[in-house]
Amino acid sequence: MKLSEVPVPPVPPLPVHRLAPPPPPAGQHHDLAIVLFALVVVVTLAITLWVGRRGQATEDFYAGGRDFGPLQNGIALSGDYLSAASFLGVTGLIAIYGYDGMLYSIGFLVAWLVVLMWVAELVRNTGRYTLADVLATRMRQRPVRAAAGISSVVVTLLYLIAQMVGAGSLVALLLGSTGAAAKTWTIVAVGALMIIYVTVGGMRATTWIQIVKALMLMVGAVLLTVLVLVHFRGDFAELMHAAARGSGAGDKYLEPGLKYGVSATSRLDFVSLGLALVLGTAGLPHILSRFYTVPTARAARRSTIWAIGLVGCFYLMTVVLGLGATALVGSKAVRAANSAGNTAVPLLALKLGGGEGSTGGTLFFAITSAIAFATILAVVAGLTLASSVSFAHDLYAQAFRSPAKPPVTDRREVVVARLAAVLIGGLAIVLSLFAQRLNVAFLVSLAFAVAASANLPTLLYNLFWRRFTTRGACWATYGGLVPALVLVLFSPVVSGSKTAMFPGVDFHWFPLENPGLISIPLGFLLGWVGTVSGEERADADKFAELEVRSLTGAGAV
Amino acid sequence: MAHQEVTGPAGRRPRAGQRFDWWSAPGPAVVAQRAKGPSAAKPVVAVTAAAVVPAPRPQPPAERPPDPAAAQVYREVQRSDAFQEIRRSYRKFVFPATAVFLGWYLFYVAAQAAAPDLMRHQVAGPFSVAWLLGLLQFVSTFVITWLYSRNARTKRDRAALGLRWDTQDQLR
Repeated sequence: MKLSEVPVPPVPPLPVHRLAPPPPPAGQHHDLAIVLFALVVVVTLAITLWVGRRGQATEDFYAGGRDFGPLQNGIALSGDYLSAASFLGVTGLIAIYGYDGMLYSIGFLVAWLVVLMWVAELVRNTGRYTLADVLATRMRQRPVRAAAGISSVVVTLLYLIAQMVGAGSLVALLLGSTGAAAKTWTIVAVGALMIIYVTVGGMRATTWIQIVKALMLMVGAVLLTVLVLVHFRGDFAELMHAAARGSGAGDKYLEPGLKYGVSATSRLDFVSLGLALVLGTAGLPHILSRFYTVPTARAARRSTIWAIGLVGCFYLMTVVLGLGATALVGSKAVRAANSAGNTAVPLLALKLGGGEGSTGGTLFFAITSAIAFATILAVVAGLTLASSVSFAHDLYAQAFRSPAKPPVTDRREVVVARLAAVLIGGLAIVLSLFAQRLNVAFLVSLAFAVAASANLPTLLYNLFWRRFTTRGACWATYGGLVPALVLVLFSPVVSGSKTAMFPGVDFHWFPLENPGLISIPLGFLLGWVGTVSGEERADADKFAELEVRSLTGAGAV
Repeated sequence: MAHQEVTGPAGRRPRAGQRFDWWSAPGPAVVAQRAKGPSAAKPVVAVTAAAVVPAPRPQPPAERPPDPAAAQVYREVQRSDAFQEIRRSYRKFVFPATAVFLGWYLFYVAAQAAAPDLMRHQVAGPFSVAWLLGLLQFVSTFVITWLYSRNARTKRDRAALGLRWDTQDQLR
C-alpha cells in the first residue's frame, strides 16, 4: 500500500489546555530507542523463522501442536492479555484520572475468575481450535459457525485497532510532532510484521513470542515499580500525596469520580464499563484459542492459575506506575505528550532515569519504549492469528461453504488462514488511523463489551443449558453483537465529542461510551427468547456428549 | 481410582515410588481397558502393537455420521452416579463462588456509582474506603483462585480422569 493511499483523518482543532506542544525529543534518545526497536524486530523474526520450521500441520498452525506446558502457556496467556492497553493505556488512565483509572486494573483481573471457573477447562475439553468448535459440538454447524466466526473476527479487529493506536502513540512520542508520516509508516510496518509472524510461524511461533515478550514486560514493570517506590522511600502514602499534588486536581485525584462522577450518565458509564471488563475476557477469541495449546484440561487450568498470578501482580504494579507518572511527571505533561495518556509510562521512565538529556533517562526511555513496542507486536500477532483462524476454520471452511462442494482440505484451510491474516491486518491498519485520539485501554474496553455481549452468553448457555438450541445460539450471538456495535456507533466515542473518531459531526444519541450495560443483558435475554420461541428441540444425545466431554475430557482432542 | 497399568509408545510407566502423571498419559488408543464395575475386575489388557500406532485424529463433527452407539454411551455415562458426583462437586463450588466474586465485584462498582460520599470516607492516611475495597478485590481474586484450584485438585480431578478413560474405552 502506498502511503499516499492511506486515508489520514483530519486533525481536529485542539482544545486550549492541550495546545502545549510535546517536548521535543532529544535526538540521541530516539536513536537508541530505534536501535532497540530494531532489536525487538530481529529477535521476534528470528523466533518466528526458527520455530516456524518445526511443523506445518494444521494442528501446529492453529494450536502450536498442543504440547506446551502449563507454565509456558500461563506466561503466554498473560503475554496475550497484557497488551498495550495494560502497559500504556491503564497506566495512562491512572495517571490522568487517578482512582477512576484503577477500575480497569481491577476489572481486567477479576475477569480471570470467570475464565478459570467457567471457561478454561470446559473449552479445552470440548473444542478443537476456536470458540465455534465448542458450539458446533451440539448445534447445527453452519449457522453457529457463521455467527461465532463473525463475532470473533469483529472482536479481534476492535482489539487490533487498539494495539495499532498504541503503536502510533509510541512513535509519535519518539518522533515528536514532525512524525505524522512516520507514524503512519510505523503502523503499516507493525501490520506487515504481524503478517509475517502469523503466516510463517503460526501458533507455535506466536506462543514463543508471547513468552519472551511477557518476561520482558514483567521485568520492565518490576524495575520501574521498584524505582518509583525507592524514589518515595517505600512510602506508598507519600506516593499518593505526591500524585495528588502532581495531578493538579488535589485530593479529588485520589477519590472516585474524577472521570466517572460528574453526572448520573457518567456514573452509569462506570457501571457499564465495570460489567464489560469483568465479563469480556471469557469471550475473547485469542484467549480462548490459547487453551488449545496445552494437552489437557488440567493443564489449561494450571496455565490459567499462572496467568492470574502474573496478571494480578502486573496490575498491582500499574497502580504504582500510574501514580508515579502523575507524581513525578505530572498529569499536565502526560496529557501534553498524548491527550489520552497513552505515553505515561515512557515519560515516567525518562524521568526516573534522570530526565531529558541524561544518559540514564535516555536508556530507560528507550528500553521502556522497546518493551511497549514488543508488547504491541506480540499481542497483534496473537490477535491476527485468532481472527484468521476463525475466518478460515469457521467461516471459509464451514459456514460459507456450500454443502454440495467437497470439504476443504486442511492444507487449503491453512493457506486461507494466512491470506486472511493479510486481509485482517490491512483492515486494522486502515481503521486504526481514525482512532488515534482515543485511549488504548478504553478502545480495548469496547472489544471487551462486544465479546461479553456476543460470545459469553452463547458459550455459557451452550455449556450449561440443556434446552439451548441453534436458533438460540444465533439469536444470542447476533443479539449481543449488533446492539453492541450499533450503540458504539451512535455513542460519543464516534461522533459529537472533542475526542471522537469523527469530531466534526454529531450523530450520537446513545449517552454512554461503553455499551455493556445494555448489550450484555440483551445477549443473554435474546439467547433465551430465541430458544424458547423456536419450534426446534435441543438434541439430548448431543448435550449428554457435550456435558460428559466438558467435565471429564472424554473424546477431547 | 484403582491402579492401572498404562504403557505408551514412549514406554512411560509409573516407577516404584514415583507418582505417575496421569494427565500426561497418552491418549485413548494406548490406554489399557479398565474394569467396568467393582465386581467385574478384569485383568489388565496388554497393549498390542496396533495400539502403539497413534490414534487416528477424530473427525470434525461435520464429517462424522451420527453414531447411535456412541450417543448411548454418553447418555449412560451422563446418568451414572460417578458422573453426577463430578458434576455436583463442580457446580457446588463454582455456582456459590461465582455468586460471591461477581456480587462482591458488582457491589464495589455499584457502590461508586450509588454512594460516592461513603466511598470517599477516609480510613487511614490517604486511603479511603474506595481504595481499600479496590485493593481487597485483588486479595479476594487470589484467594478464590487458590480455593478453586484446591477444590478441583482434591475433589474432581481423579474421578474425572477415571471416567474419561472409562468412557473412551466404551466408545472404542
